[in-house]
Amino acid sequence: MDPVVTAAPPASASLEVTGLAYAYPDGHQALFGVDLRIDRGERVALLGPNGAGKTTLVLHLNGILTAGAGTVTVAGLPVGKRHMAEIRRKVGIVFQDPDDQLFMPTVREDVAFGPAAAGMRGPELEARVRKALGQVGMAEYADRPPHHLSFGQRRRVAVATVLAMEPEILVLDEPSSNLDPASRRELADILRSLDVTVLMVTHDLPYALELCPRALVLSEGVIAADGPTGELLADEDLMASHRLELPFGFDPKSVRGGEVVESSVAGGCCAVHGER
Amino acid sequence: MGAGHAHRLYRQGHSPVHALPPHTKLTAVFCFVVVVVSTPREAMWAFAAYALLLASVAYAAHVPPLFWLKRLLIEVPFVAFALLLPFVAEGERTEVLGMSLSVHGLWGAWNVLAKGTLGVAASVLLAATTDLRELLLGLQRLKLPPLLVQIASFMIRYGDVVTDEMRRMKIARESRGFEARGVRQWGVLAKSAGALFIRSYERGERVHLAMVSRGYAGSMPVIDEATATRAQWTYALTLPLTALAVCLLGWTLS
Amino acid sequence: MHVPDGFINAPVSVAAGAVAVGAVAVSLRGARRELDERTAPLAGLVAAFIFAVQMLNFPVAAGTSGHLLGGALAAILVGPYTAVLCVSVVLLMQGLLFADGGLTALGVNITVMACVTTVVAYAIFRGLAKVLPAGRRSVTAAAFTAALVSVPAAAAAFTLIYAIGGTTDVSLGKVATAMIGVHVLIGIGEAAITALTVGAVIAVRPDLVHGARGLTAPLKLRVGGELIDAPAAPAAAPASAASATSHRKLWAAGLVTSLVLAGFVSFYASTNPDGLEKVAHDKGFDKGEKEHDAADSPLADYGVKDITNTRLSGGLAGIIGVGVTVVAGSAVFWAVRRRRATDGTDTGPASTGAGVTATAPATPAATPAAKPAENA
Repeated sequence: MDPVVTAAPPASASLEVTGLAYAYPDGHQALFGVDLRIDRGERVALLGPNGAGKTTLVLHLNGILTAGAGTVTVAGLPVGKRHMAEIRRKVGIVFQDPDDQLFMPTVREDVAFGPAAAGMRGPELEARVRKALGQVGMAEYADRPPHHLSFGQRRRVAVATVLAMEPEILVLDEPSSNLDPASRRELADILRSLDVTVLMVTHDLPYALELCPRALVLSEGVIAADGPTGELLADEDLMASHRLELPFGFDPKSVRGGEVVESSVAGGCCAVHGER
Repeated sequence: MGAGHAHRLYRQGHSPVHALPPHTKLTAVFCFVVVVVSTPREAMWAFAAYALLLASVAYAAHVPPLFWLKRLLIEVPFVAFALLLPFVAEGERTEVLGMSLSVHGLWGAWNVLAKGTLGVAASVLLAATTDLRELLLGLQRLKLPPLLVQIASFMIRYGDVVTDEMRRMKIARESRGFEARGVRQWGVLAKSAGALFIRSYERGERVHLAMVSRGYAGSMPVIDEATATRAQWTYALTLPLTALAVCLLGWTLS
Repeated sequence: MHVPDGFINAPVSVAAGAVAVGAVAVSLRGARRELDERTAPLAGLVAAFIFAVQMLNFPVAAGTSGHLLGGALAAILVGPYTAVLCVSVVLLMQGLLFADGGLTALGVNITVMACVTTVVAYAIFRGLAKVLPAGRRSVTAAAFTAALVSVPAAAAAFTLIYAIGGTTDVSLGKVATAMIGVHVLIGIGEAAITALTVGAVIAVRPDLVHGARGLTAPLKLRVGGELIDAPAAPAAAPASAASATSHRKLWAAGLVTSLVLAGFVSFYASTNPDGLEKVAHDKGFDKGEKEHDAADSPLADYGVKDITNTRLSGGLAGIIGVGVTVVAGSAVFWAVRRRRATDGTDTGPASTGAGVTATAPATPAATPAAKPAENA
């Protein structure tokens, strides 16, 4: 946690993880030395089979779990007790089940929760809430109780709750799970329209290919592969050895000529900006 | 103990009592109960006056008498206990309908019944006119230590989760022909308790992680500020102050 | 066992309230070491759970039913300080929402159901856990015994409070017999549920059981497919001696305060000499009822026959009650202290401590000192 050491990476890294290892208190070890680096503005998919340690890794990114060994750095700040409040503001995590994320009586209060916890009050808070709900197209639902919304709407409100904190990096845990095709596409449109670094944890490979130029494969607690999403998905041996399977009839090569062609250029940073 | 689901306690409404800030109501109810308990038991008319006071509050709060009386059923175990008192208490005895009853016991029974019932009635009114979340805000504003408020708010949030899981497990048990009848079923009930705990915890843990991720650090952020005006305090404290007058009268007259 | 308004007279209610406030204040301080942001919701859940399982009424003999008190379960799962807070919160909310237990009797209810059960259960649990060989079965067995004893202990404490400040002079023997007799039965049910719950939790999530925090395996790194040992991270800061002494001071202050309060207030509490004289001369204590000997003995102390001044004997009873707790509490306190001295220290925050204490088997995190809860 020496500030001199953490000042070393250039400021453009949104997220940097080095040598991260973690064992649960019950003795089960989930992470065995994870190294990864995500630059500002990138959209990256973190792929991995069930039980690879994806969610465990996500919980380290904002200090909910504290590393047994290794470090996590967000925008130059080491994740640790000292900067916890700021880290949590910078790292916005959208959890898998929106019902876990939405706990206030109305959508408005739920979206206001994060900024209010950071001390924001009054008209400023109100404006922040309106903006976040506008970004996900849910502004007219502000006064509805979250549990009366459809699943896809709830997931969008969950994204808004995190956007309201204006995070440096948006982390989505299985964003496409349980969504019908229309909601899936709506969410993809929203994510594409956002100007933040995105780390998307998923085993929905077509969705990763659609949204993220770059992908990481997490397997057995370490990063097993890192590269352009299209290339990784086309590598059949790699896919098979890490229990990643494409849906029946899906050929990643056929998609490459489509909308994601420019984003499959290595160094996704420029590609993302070019797209906007 | 406890009757059913927490949300059923609250009765939506727009009466002046509903509109009072929660901390004024909490203070009023607490003071009222203290006054009632410190009234001498011999001043029977005082208790009638208290009941009348509560009834007028219930009227102002638009709480229908039937709803109110039904909720009073929570008291039944104590009533049973109170009714036993005259039979088991010691001391000088008197003949009532051919039964030998203890005078002390009779007084004791009256004491427990009157004060207990008034206390229950006041709490029922409070719960009926105050939303759970408001109640917590009220406690927070009355300077209850934040850790306690935090535990209470988690408790209420998980209360739903637990009762929900409990109901599901009960349905599962009963659809397989289980019925809690006696000692032999304790094992099943206890095993359910263990499973219930794990299931509820893991759900609650996820909610908590989501809260912590958004900067939650032990106390709920204030989103809509509410403060009590002097008029509201005066209005709320009318109840205990009137009660106090009755109580003092009770002490001087008896 | 919830005491309604008007059941215990005002002075004793106030005294019990003071004791409860003291206990909660001490627990608030202690709970800071037991709770971190990962375990805070656990406390809430334990409270909700206790709330819920108190609705699970046991059919007990002769048509009556009883419910879990939950103190033992809470103490074992979240630690004694937090447990006192949890049960207190449950009682507060029951009083406010369900009108279950009077608001003015809250002090009595907290003292009996939150403090006595928790302290008794935790003392027994830790004592047994030390004696028995380490392992899941031992934890479950210790949990069973702790819960089994805690319920009649609470019943005894209730009887004691009733003896000092009951508004009706039912003979103490009858109250004791009824309360303790019924609660021995309830205790068996509580023990079963506590043991099974703790057993179930420990099987799936041992990290959630405060009373069983222990070993963490050393971390491994996967480098080129091979597992190697991770370099040990800097160990968590050991608890400073200063904090230990400040806790001792706090503990002592709490005890003295409650002793004084209990003694003084119950001195004035005994405004009902009839009841006390009755008790002192009650034949029920002298003859028969051999099966309740153990339970009766502190009450026998209380009914000091030579002392005719009822106020004095009432005050004395309060002091005796606290005194017994002091002795029991001190025993646990010293045991814990000595153990901490020999084991070396690891009181780092549980969340960070999980992986950090790479090699040394951690002592159960931040073994708290004995909690000075008192029965007035």
